[in-house]
Amino acid sequence: MESFFSRFKNSLVLIAIVLAQVIALAVQVQQPTRGFNPGEASDGHHVALLRRWITAAVTPFERLAHGTGLRVRSVWSGYIDLRHTRQQNQALRNDVARLREEQAAFAEDAAQGRRLQALLAFKQQYISSTVAAQVIGTSGSDRSRILIIDKGSDYGLKPEQPVITPDGAVGKLRDVFPHSAQVLLINDPTSGAGVILASTRIRGIVRGSTEGLLQIKNLMPDSRILPGEQVVTSGGDMVFPRGVPVGVIESVKPDPQHQPYTAITIKPMANLSRLEEVLVITGTSSTLPPAAQQDAAAAEATAAAAQKAADLNAEKLPSLHDDPEAAFGPDKPADAETTVGGLPGIPNSGLPKVKPVVHPDKYSPGATPPADELKPGAAATPQTPPEHKPQETPQ
Amino acid sequence: MAEHSYTSRRELDQYGFHPAVTLLAPLVCILLQAVLPKMFPWLAILDLPLIATIFFAVARRSPIAGTVTGTLIGLFQDGLTNHHFGVNGIAKGIVGYIAASIGFAVDVENVLNRILLVFSLSLLDSGLLYLIEHWLLANMTYPLEPLHELIRAVANSVIAIPLFYLLDRFRTRE
Repeated sequence: MESFFSRFKNSLVLIAIVLAQVIALAVQVQQPTRGFNPGEASDGHHVALLRRWITAAVTPFERLAHGTGLRVRSVWSGYIDLRHTRQQNQALRNDVARLREEQAAFAEDAAQGRRLQALLAFKQQYISSTVAAQVIGTSGSDRSRILIIDKGSDYGLKPEQPVITPDGAVGKLRDVFPHSAQVLLINDPTSGAGVILASTRIRGIVRGSTEGLLQIKNLMPDSRILPGEQVVTSGGDMVFPRGVPVGVIESVKPDPQHQPYTAITIKPMANLSRLEEVLVITGTSSTLPPAAQQDAAAAEATAAAAQKAADLNAEKLPSLHDDPEAAFGPDKPADAETTVGGLPGIPNSGLPKVKPVVHPDKYSPGATPPADELKPGAAATPQTPPEHKPQETPQ
Repeated sequence: MAEHSYTSRRELDQYGFHPAVTLLAPLVCILLQAVLPKMFPWLAILDLPLIATIFFAVARRSPIAGTVTGTLIGLFQDGLTNHHFGVNGIAKGIVGYIAASIGFAVDVENVLNRILLVFSLSLLDSGLLYLIEHWLLANMTYPLEPLHELIRAVANSVIAIPLFYLLDRFRTRE
C-alpha cells in the first residue's frame, strides 16, 4: 500500500487538487444569480472574502503603477508637449461659444419636453449625484472584461450602481471593496442592459460577447433598423437611468444561430478599452439637480433674449404676415374668395385677389377699352367699368 | 576514463529559488498582467502567469511543486476576474504538472524546446479552459476560437524566451 502511494504520489496529488477545485466550483455555481443577467452568479460569503483579499493584495501595486504613470504623463503633457496649445485653446473657445448657442436652442425644446412630461405625469429620472473614479487596473484577461477603480465603499459606492463617462455607458459595479471596486464592462459576456433605439423607439437588450462586441440579439428583422442609429439606455433594467448613450448601430445581420432574430452590432460611444476616468452614478432624482436647473434657466434666458432680438429685427424688415388674420383682419378669413391658387389648408400659400376699386381712374384695371375697339386718331375716353371684374391669375 | 558521480542527472538538473523569488516573480507577473492591458489593450492576449507557471514547474522538475504553483497562480488570477474560483486554478494546475513531467524528458535549456513547450502548453491551457467552461460549468456561450488561441500561443512563446532568461538568473542549483 505504501509503495502504491509513493509510486503514484504525483498523480494522486494532482487528482486531489483538481477534485477539490471541482467541488469548489460546484458549490459556487449553486449560488443565486444576481442583477439583470442570468449568466452572472453572485459570490458566496467565503468566495467574496477571498476575492476581497486578492484585490486588496493587488490594489496597492496598481495604485502605485497608476500614480507613477500619471505623474510621467503629467510632466510630459504639462511641461514638454505644449505645442499647438494656443490654437487648441482658441478652437475650444469657439466650440464653447457654438455650444452655448446650441444649448440655448435646445433649452426651449427641453422646457417643452418637461412640461409635456409633467402633463403626462411621466417620472423622469435625472442623475443627481456621481462619484468620479480613476481606473487603476484590469482583470488581466480578455475573457473577463473587468476594471478596477480607485474608489470603494468609503465613497458610498455599492454593487449594481451604473458607471458612465461623458461619452456614454461603461458598465456597472460588481464587487465593491472598502477602497476599490470592480466594474463589469458592458461588453463582458455576462453583462446586459435594457436599451432603446433612439429614432425608431424599438426596445431591446444589449449584451457583450467574448470578442468584446456589443450586440442586440432579441429583435426580429425590421427594415427601420439601420446602421447609424443611436442606441440609448431604456431604464428598464433598473440599473442605468433612461437616456444614457450606449452606442451607434454598426451592422444589422441575420443571426444564423438564432433564426429568425437579427444580430445588431453596436459600436460603443465610450472607448471601453482605454478608460482613464469614469463616473459612478450614486443617486438619481425625479427633479433636475440644482446645477442643471441653473444651467437650464440661463439657457432659457439666453434663448428668450435671442428671440426678442429676432422679433425686433423682424419688425423693422418688411415681410409676409404669418397668419391670415393679421393680413386680412379677423373678419376676412383667407379663403377661396380672397386668394388664388395655393395649397389647401395652408394660409398664404396662394396669391391674393385684387380688391375692388373705390375711386376708378384711367389707370384702374378694366378702364382702358380693348385694343380692337380703339380707332386710330380718336380721343381716348376713360370708361367707367360697370362692374369690377378682378383679373384672374392663371393657376 | 569516464568520471562517475553519485549524483543522478535528475538531481543535477533540479533548480531551486530563493523564497522571495518564488513568491514575488508570479506576483509580479500577475500584477503586470493586470496593469499592462490598461495602457496597451492588445496585451490582454498574453498570459504572463501561465509563463511563470511553466517556468517554475520546468525548473524545479517536481510535478507536485508544479501542480501547487500552477493552482495557486490560477486561483489568484480567478480572484481578479469575474470567473468562479477554480477555472484557472484547475487549468494551470494541470499545466504545471505536465510541464514538470516534460522537464524530466526534454532539455529545457534549449531555446527551440522552450518555444515549443510554451506554445503547446498555452494551447493546452486554452483547451482546458474551454472544457471546464463547457463541461463543468455548462457555459455553452463560451466560444472555441482556434485562430485567437493560436495567436495567443505564439505571443506567449515570443514573450516567454526573454522572460525565461531573466528568471534563469534567480535560480540556484539544489
